[in-house]
Amino acid sequence: MIRIEHVSKSFAGRKVLIDYNLEVKTGETFVIMGPSGAGKSVTLKHIVGLIQPDSGKVMVGDIDVTTADRETLRKARSDIGYMFQNGALLNWMTVGENVSLPLREDRSRKRTDEEIRKLVFEKLSHVNMTGELHKYPAEISGGMRKRAALARVLVQNPKILLYDEPTAGLDPRMSATIGNLITDVQQRFGVTTLVVTHDLKLAFDVADRIGFMHLGRLLEIDAPENLRRSRNPIVRDFLEGRAFKTIDEETGVGTVTQMDITHFDSPGESKA
Amino acid sequence: MIQLASNFLQESIHGAGYTVELLLRAIGTMHRSFRRLRMIIDQMYVCGVKPLPVVSIVAVFTGILLAYQTGLELDRFGQREKIADIIGIVLCREMGPFITALILTAAVGAAMAAELGTMTVSEEIDAIECMSIDPVDFLVMPRLVALALTCPLLTFIVDIVGIVGGGFISESQLQIPWNLYLRNVIESLNRPFSTIPLPKDLFVGLFKALIYGITIATVGCSYGLRTTNGALGVGRQTRGAVVTCFMLVIIFGYFMTWAFYP
Repeated sequence: MIRIEHVSKSFAGRKVLIDYNLEVKTGETFVIMGPSGAGKSVTLKHIVGLIQPDSGKVMVGDIDVTTADRETLRKARSDIGYMFQNGALLNWMTVGENVSLPLREDRSRKRTDEEIRKLVFEKLSHVNMTGELHKYPAEISGGMRKRAALARVLVQNPKILLYDEPTAGLDPRMSATIGNLITDVQQRFGVTTLVVTHDLKLAFDVADRIGFMHLGRLLEIDAPENLRRSRNPIVRDFLEGRAFKTIDEETGVGTVTQMDITHFDSPGESKA
Repeated sequence: MIQLASNFLQESIHGAGYTVELLLRAIGTMHRSFRRLRMIIDQMYVCGVKPLPVVSIVAVFTGILLAYQTGLELDRFGQREKIADIIGIVLCREMGPFITALILTAAVGAAMAAELGTMTVSEEIDAIECMSIDPVDFLVMPRLVALALTCPLLTFIVDIVGIVGGGFISESQLQIPWNLYLRNVIESLNRPFSTIPLPKDLFVGLFKALIYGITIATVGCSYGLRTTNGALGVGRQTRGAVVTCFMLVIIFGYFMTWAFYP
């Protein structure tokens, strides 16, 4: 279970998260959807402790990652798999070496080479990548890199899976493949899944609940079918692909949309 | 203007603090060096073998230039046989480690900053951390150990090649026979240093090289790991690493000379 409580974060004076609250239940697939720059990826980085909030706390299970020492954080991270936007595979290693890396570096359990080979092959076959075992990241396509990154995440047997823009830069068919993989992995391993995306199709395909994020706040959290019917003008603009209204570049706050945030009452189940 | 100076000072202090912390953390992970043996050997190849041709060419011409310029002046005072002493001492004490450090800064320190910088902006470092792998243990320590070992080895090669280069000029331009030249070089380096079975001048040069190696690796990695702003940031950090290494090599060189030859 992931719980973010009253988290605020600024970078160089610009507020990225504003009194942010989120709870992801064990075993569910939660999608954070919203436009670029809304603070979606920053939310994920708070969960794995890569970014510390200015205020508030982030609980992963029983561990508060905002105050955890290095060893406790390591323990919390061992339960979390994080798939980065571009895969973040290490370029000097082959796909197989990349996937085996978390196993070879696991200090809590020593595995034989044979065990590691077997696990790597098993996870690569989940993502249909066994043919690329000996290739370097530069030699495979963007979609393959994401699938290899997913295999590297799966090999750690995480209880929580975080996906950062898993379909960014992919063609529609590959996006659908990644969507299927996210659903398949969730069903097969029962992992708590948090997906950050601005891909509407992916969000509605995989989510149990969707949170819509805008300018550092979660405007609306609801089931996909309810969110489709949202009356919030910002959500509607996003879902229907309309340009946002005037945005004040200096403050990053939409002059019209700010009013909407403040005064609009969402029909959804909760509103942060 | 004051604001700019204040920002620069603040960034410099933060950078220095981060670099010292990085060095201490890397030293703290050295007990795992054996587990990282393959990476250390890979890095030793990059730091020690690849720059060898450049280092050798620069070393031989340094010896030649040193012998030529100094020899002409010494000849005016009838002291040309002293050329061997000067070349031996200058190369082993100062020029050998200094030249090696400059070449390694340009060839290896810059590459370390660029490599780790690219990994930082492409989120590879974040991915490593998320896999519960310590980037200092995984990336910094092997580079640090490799450069700390190869810098003295390359310095020793520079010393030898530079002395040989000086010997060519001594024989061809100053008419000092090879055997006399070599004997004078060895005699000039014959001062023992405490209980260490090495001539003092050679030991001091190799010790300087060790410190330079540690400095170049730590500064290169520190700049790389603090990269932001994509490709632009990688370029800026690489330049910063090279400039800082050059400055530190000169400054540390002075203090070590002062400490060993008060």
